[in-house]
Amino acid sequence: MGVYRTMATTTTIRHSRRTSKTLLEPTGKEVESYEPPKLLVPVDPSRDHIQGDSKAILTLVEYGDYQCPFCGAAYPEVKKVQKELGSKLRFVFRNFPLTNVHEFAMDAAETAEAGAAQGKFWEMHDFLYEHQRTLGDHSVALAYAKKLGLDTQKFEREISQHVYQKRIKDDFMGGVRSGVNGTPTFYVNGVRHDGPAEADAIVKSLTAKP
Amino acid sequence: MRKDSSILNPGRKAPNFSLNSTPDQKVSLKDFRGQPVILAFYPADWSPVCTDQLSLYAMVMPEFKKFNAELLAISVDNIWSHLAFAKDRKLNFPVLSDFEPKGNISRKFGAYKEKIGESARALFVLDDKGIVRWSHLSPDGVNPGAEGILSALEQLNKPQA
Repeated sequence: MGVYRTMATTTTIRHSRRTSKTLLEPTGKEVESYEPPKLLVPVDPSRDHIQGDSKAILTLVEYGDYQCPFCGAAYPEVKKVQKELGSKLRFVFRNFPLTNVHEFAMDAAETAEAGAAQGKFWEMHDFLYEHQRTLGDHSVALAYAKKLGLDTQKFEREISQHVYQKRIKDDFMGGVRSGVNGTPTFYVNGVRHDGPAEADAIVKSLTAKP
Repeated sequence: MRKDSSILNPGRKAPNFSLNSTPDQKVSLKDFRGQPVILAFYPADWSPVCTDQLSLYAMVMPEFKKFNAELLAISVDNIWSHLAFAKDRKLNFPVLSDFEPKGNISRKFGAYKEKIGESARALFVLDDKGIVRWSHLSPDGVNPGAEGILSALEQLNKPQA
C-alpha cells in the first residue's frame, strides 16, 4: 500500500483559489503569487467534532475519508501531533467521503456520526481507522458499538435511515469550497497544509510564527 | 516553478473541436453552445492516487450541474484506456481522446507539453457562447481541486467587470 500521496511530494507550489477580481487576469500570474487556500467554514463548537480544548490556540482540521488508505496512514501522525502539542491544540475532523471510489466510505462516515449522536464520536472514529480492512463488514462496528454501551437499535436505525447523510454531504461541499482536493486534506490554523501529512511537518506548520 | 503560461486566456473564443468519447462517437464543443462548459485537460489516465482530480470532479458533478455546466475531460490517452479509466473511477462525464493527431486540440488551447508529449493540467470555463471566462494552469503534480471552477461558474451569472 502506498502510504504517501502526491500532496507530500508537491509541497509548496499549489494554486490559490482565486476570487472574482482575478478571474479575468492571465493565469500565469497565479503560479507566481502562490497563496494556499483558506478554510472557508470556520470551526463551530456547536457542530464540529473537536478533540482537545475547544478554545485552544492552535487548530488542526482534517477532511478525511475512513476508507482512504492515505487517511489511514495519517491517523497515527495526527495522534503524534496531539501528543506533542497537548492542550495547545484542538483537532477537528470533518467528513470527505469519496464515495465513487470508496464504496464503504459513506457507511463508515454514517457509523461515526451515529456514534457521535451518543457521545462516542472519537471512539468510533479511532476504531474505524484502526480497522480499515473490516469496513465492508458492518457487524464489526456494530459489535464495537455494543461494547461501548451504545443503544445499538438507535445506532443501527440512524445508519440505515441515513439520518446523518446531509451533515456528511455538507461537510464535503464545505471542504470543496475550501480547496480540499483529495484526502486527507489538513488545515493548520485556517490555512491549507500543503506539506506532507506527517507529524513533524504538521507540528512545524502549526507552530510557525505568522 | 513553471513559467509556461501560454494557455488560452479569458476573453478568447475557444476553438471548436470534435474528439472521440467512445470508439464510434465524437463529441463536439459546439454541441454545448448555450450552456457553460468546463474543459479539464490532464496529463494521463491512471494517476497513482486514489483521489485524483477527475474522481473529485465526478463527486462534485451535481454542483456543476446546478449551473447547467457540462464537463469535458481531455487527455492524449487512447479511447480504450479512457473507457477503462472512466469505468474504474466511475466518471460521469465524457473523457475525450486527443490522440490523433496527438495533442492537436491541447495545443490549440496552449495546454500541451511538447517535451513530455502530454496535455498540461489546465482548466477552462467557457460561457454559453463558447468564450473562455476563466482559465487556470496547474504546476505539474498539483491537483487544482474544484473550487476554482465553482467560483468561475458563479461569476458567469454576474455582470462582467
